[in-house]
Amino acid sequence: MRDVAIVSFASAPNRRTDLRNEVEILMPVVQEAVARSGIARPFDFTCSGSSDFLQGTPFAFVIALDAAGAWPPIAESHVEMDGAWALYEAWVKIQAGQAETALVYAFGKSSPGDLPEVLATQLDPYLVAPLWPDSVSLAALQARAWLEKTGNSERDLAAIAVRSRRDAKANPNATLSGDFEIAKLLAEPYVAAPLRAHDCSPSCDGAVAVVLAAGDRARGVCKRPAWIRGIDHRIEPHALGMRDLTVSSSTRIAGEKAGVGNGAVDLAELHAPFTHQEAILREALGLGAGVAVNPSGGALTANPMMAAGLARIGEAASRIWDGSARRAIAHATSGPCLQQNLVCVLEGE
Amino acid sequence: MSEIVSEEGGILTAPHVLEYPYRRSVGPVLGRFFTELRAGRIVGLRTQQGRVLAPPQEYDPETGAATGSDFVEIGPGGVVTTWSWVVRPRAKQPLDRPFAWALVKLDGADTAMLHAVDAGDLSRMRTGMRVRPRWRAERVGHIHDIECFEPEPQATADNGLGGERQRAGELAMAEEAQKPVTNIKTPMRLEYRYSAGIATSRFLHGIAQGKILGQRCPSCSKVYVPPRGSCPRCAVATEEEVELSDKGTITTYAIVRVPSESIDVPLPFASVHVLLDGADLPMFSVVQECPLDQIRMGMRVQAVWVPREQLGPTLQSIRYFKPIDEPDVPAEKLQETV
Repeated sequence: MRDVAIVSFASAPNRRTDLRNEVEILMPVVQEAVARSGIARPFDFTCSGSSDFLQGTPFAFVIALDAAGAWPPIAESHVEMDGAWALYEAWVKIQAGQAETALVYAFGKSSPGDLPEVLATQLDPYLVAPLWPDSVSLAALQARAWLEKTGNSERDLAAIAVRSRRDAKANPNATLSGDFEIAKLLAEPYVAAPLRAHDCSPSCDGAVAVVLAAGDRARGVCKRPAWIRGIDHRIEPHALGMRDLTVSSSTRIAGEKAGVGNGAVDLAELHAPFTHQEAILREALGLGAGVAVNPSGGALTANPMMAAGLARIGEAASRIWDGSARRAIAHATSGPCLQQNLVCVLEGE
Repeated sequence: MSEIVSEEGGILTAPHVLEYPYRRSVGPVLGRFFTELRAGRIVGLRTQQGRVLAPPQEYDPETGAATGSDFVEIGPGGVVTTWSWVVRPRAKQPLDRPFAWALVKLDGADTAMLHAVDAGDLSRMRTGMRVRPRWRAERVGHIHDIECFEPEPQATADNGLGGERQRAGELAMAEEAQKPVTNIKTPMRLEYRYSAGIATSRFLHGIAQGKILGQRCPSCSKVYVPPRGSCPRCAVATEEEVELSDKGTITTYAIVRVPSESIDVPLPFASVHVLLDGADLPMFSVVQECPLDQIRMGMRVQAVWVPREQLGPTLQSIRYFKPIDEPDVPAEKLQETV
């Protein structure tokens, strides 16, 4: 396996509503990531993740290319998924020897639509989508199943929200952050019982970009590259009633294949858009109490759709670069109730 | 136009609707399921391993093997395996009052299906409770044939259930002569509030004053109109504003013979790319006041605006372009923009 590292990362401010167009949001982010990488354009490969359904603009993903600069024509690809899967494609491209450097970006504008309703369109179009179950209600089905099986309480979920929002105070790109009291949060009404607003990630408009480089190219531009030591992704059946929602088998297997257990883990950035999902993911990855989870505040404080998974990888890499972690786990999810999961193991040298 | 709103920073937003009138063919497995629903029955499908999948699926998610056609009648009652409570139902959802979403494992099935439960109040819901379907009187072979599930009465099974069963049976007999369900209607409509962004909003505010504003790239000096705040060649932001003439040159055209909802001119008409004087990117419009067989590349045209008092922040403020009495621009001068 070739040595491939993440050498830079940048994020948009993740405002609840950002009225700029996708290129206006994305371009400063791409420029910042490119400038920090120290690698001059053009990149050998460019790959992006987004979904036009979010903002209701067909071919927004093509328009977004203006932010990357596609002239003269570049080698490019796109996934209708979180940008973490675009990063996976770029990693494969570099592994195959077809590229030494890659630019990966992702963006999502959720504010133009009703996000929980828009996400219903990703469901089984015959039996489920015609009922229009919103994403929060589906997550709440999972939350209840998990609470009842494990004996955890809504208070335990609120504690996850409080910790995330407190950690997000250090993240200038968090949609929300601050000090909150568990009792006050629990006094708020349900959005979809057993979930309250603090259990759900805030909807926002955002974008992120990262730059990948292979071997000596990475060492040449980065003092302490974040090496991808393992990366794997797995998917579960789409029918919710055929899955055990209280565990994440796909995360567990992806974690095993990526080699999570091959060494001590300093921190994990887990893409958990709902509080209970963080607990399910922790368990699936076998992360002990000593592992710092989501020091960035995680998706519970900034969840730019299609970009929040890639942001987890960027945030984890940032802590390798600054020396605060030697070995970090990054995770991304997609689909309802943690249907599809990607796990990436990053290490400093 | 009244639906266009100028928000923070003068950025314009407008309503935008995506609508897809999907009609889906369902295949033999789901076709059987929907045909049975129409008759007031629910069927699952037994896999080779002996598990009953409900709703049925074409392939066993555990083995990937084709599931065949070993259909078995299940339910109609079942058990809630998990649920959530919707406080404020959305318009498209099955019920217009607070309700539960639930995964329901029907009697005789090994998997659960998603549907709504009309329990009236959150306090009536619990995991493990028994529910039964509330059938719609007029069924067409669709998941909506089940209006929702409802809590099973606490009393014995013949408390209304027998009658329900009998009625369903009668309907089944009447409908058995009908053809199997082969497709379903699943219309999709999503409503958005589209934002034009910074650069395009400035352009549209200019249009509302009868001005055409482009933006110049600080790197390659090309002028873009309508501007999107970026140069796609250089991948840099564009900020310098340039007022352009409303005269230009046709770089290419097409004769359109099918109607378009957004273009309000009589058929047939010519859609054109017009390179405005001073711009480096042609913009889309239509040409009128010109016989179609005289339209050509290099032809000089000018915008015809709506009356001043009708100007607004929309491209509809330019009704069309018309020919003007100026010599054609030679083709070689248009090479880069065709």
